[in-house]
Amino acid sequence: MTGSGTNRLGQGIEAMQGESLDPPVQRERKSPLRFAWWAIFILGITYFFLPLIGTFAFSLRAVPPSSAYTAILEDPKFFASLGYSFVVGFITIIISISLLVPTAFWVRLRLPRARPYVEFVTLLPFVIPPIVLVFGLISTFSRPPLPFTHTDIGSTALLVFGYVVLSFPYMYRAIDTGLRAMDIQSLTEAAQSLGSGWLRILIQVILPNLRVALLSGAFLTLAIVVGEFTIATFLARKVFSVYLSQLGDIAPYQQSAVALVSFGLTWIAMGFIALLGRGSRSRVTITGAR
Amino acid sequence: MAFLELSGIQKRFGDVAAVQDFDLAAERGEFVSFLGPSGCGKTTTLRMIAGFERPTAGSIAIDGKDVTHQAPNQRNVGMVFQSYALFPNMNVASNIGFGLKIRKRPKADVDRRVAELLELIHLEGRGDRFPWQLSGGQQQRVALARALAIEPTVLLLDEPLSALDAKIRVALRHEIRQIQRQLGITTVYVTHDQEEALELSDRIVVMSEGRIEQIGTPFEIYNFPATSFVASFVGTLNAMDATIVDASAGRLSLAGHEIRTTSKLAGSAGSAVTIALRPEMIALTSPDGSNVVAVSPMKGMSGSNRLPGTVADIAFLGSVVRVRTTVGPDAIPVFVDTFNNPNLAVPAAGSPIVLGFPPEACLVLGRDVVPDRTDALAAAEAML
Repeated sequence: MTGSGTNRLGQGIEAMQGESLDPPVQRERKSPLRFAWWAIFILGITYFFLPLIGTFAFSLRAVPPSSAYTAILEDPKFFASLGYSFVVGFITIIISISLLVPTAFWVRLRLPRARPYVEFVTLLPFVIPPIVLVFGLISTFSRPPLPFTHTDIGSTALLVFGYVVLSFPYMYRAIDTGLRAMDIQSLTEAAQSLGSGWLRILIQVILPNLRVALLSGAFLTLAIVVGEFTIATFLARKVFSVYLSQLGDIAPYQQSAVALVSFGLTWIAMGFIALLGRGSRSRVTITGAR
Repeated sequence: MAFLELSGIQKRFGDVAAVQDFDLAAERGEFVSFLGPSGCGKTTTLRMIAGFERPTAGSIAIDGKDVTHQAPNQRNVGMVFQSYALFPNMNVASNIGFGLKIRKRPKADVDRRVAELLELIHLEGRGDRFPWQLSGGQQQRVALARALAIEPTVLLLDEPLSALDAKIRVALRHEIRQIQRQLGITTVYVTHDQEEALELSDRIVVMSEGRIEQIGTPFEIYNFPATSFVASFVGTLNAMDATIVDASAGRLSLAGHEIRTTSKLAGSAGSAVTIALRPEMIALTSPDGSNVVAVSPMKGMSGSNRLPGTVADIAFLGSVVRVRTTVGPDAIPVFVDTFNNPNLAVPAAGSPIVLGFPPEACLVLGRDVVPDRTDALAAAEAML
């Protein structure tokens, strides 16, 4: 009995060794698919990197070749505009989070039927162009009782308000995705039964668990703010994008160098977000991108 | 006055009545379970005690204080959820100490209380772990400790064991009962698992379609179900239609045979009634009496009813063997349970068999029928 059993087992192993794991027909089918995947991948890489290589090559036409890059470090306007854009970006992020976290939380917890309407409102910046938004802001806030455009701080405040609106689709979606990953009803009720009020629930229970989602939303908001041109131009704000545009008229090589440096800074920001999100169990996901 | 009192509670969601005419008075330290199928209103009632839902009508009082309109964070009621609901950003110690920090207790007191509770739930030295580093059973123990940390007036548990494996569920329910007895805390436990309710509770509230079907001790609920719903929901039951022959003498006709019951019958001769027989109350013998397959625990009670039948099939359920028989010309199915033993000689399917049961085991169901508790309690005492 045992002998025959062993024999059968041995035959089975031999048969398995004789067989290929992938039948030949399947391998033939796989090869063109694999080739297609590689072709798409190479096309994608080319599509993304060719403009960068072109920009880099153009920036090196300056004489001497490195002069476009050294000029950036010597230009105080570069640091001033970039610094201003970052400050405006951070204020935008703080206001956006303060507005949208309680809204998204309340909608998910108590007003699930209002969710489609809130989503529609947050998507409006995709429908209404920035030029319409900025004209609306200027016509409303350039005369009493709210003459925002009469002062520098007022104009910057208008710029931030405009950017907060622009950030809605990205920030709301990031927060909503983060909230969807949690059982917010049970967490809220658990905190309430332990004696917690609404503010403590938001700050100590909801916000810490939204860390990765908030970082994703914040990054997208910062990227939009640094690249936004229309609203800043009409409000006469000296932001980074306006500086970059003006540079094109007087120093095209330097403009290419600045574009590449800003691209590098974007990558550093992404790395920073990934680093901050490493402690969390959930991965950083960028949501709501256009 | 009862420690936890729910009076005339009603809850409506639009046109749907989730809970109706709910009255309950639980004493201090009592363990009360709400038992019923999904959608019967048990969780809604629990959430009203916690303050997460507001009753449409009625009042809730804890320790003599009306809390009907009090916010949940003002009630000092501990709650344990089915999904554990541990705060993922906090470690075990911070989760347990969360409620104490809200109450602004000194750090030394918080640390001492957290250590005490970790010992109580047998998770000493695991205070620095995060919820995702614990098993389901451990997470639920932490949730229990977190609810107990604030020394709540009432502890509410909403199907806390439903998400756990069978073995852990049994172990943890023993632990919950032990802790509850140790602390003497008034507890309301929601479950759809009858075994859990029967084992844990001092009293069970059986609910169906938003209403209370019966409130009683596990013993009363199982042995003296007040309605056909309770009888069918708690334990396995044979429910059969019978006809009254003589109400005053407790004589009935079932499958063409006359049987007797000790339940009081309200109806004239010829009226239809539903009778209920627990499978473990039926004795099973071969027609000549040579082979005794199952013995009724009520053997020796006042006389015995006998019904001839046929074995349909046999199911082996581990410690219990369930024999499905049929009786009468309409082949009414009747289940008979007997303890498994290696010498059990179960007749083959198709064999003729005789079912025997005492009149005390024959319950008559319906809201209008009041079982004769004197006889029934005497029968229960005889069993014990």
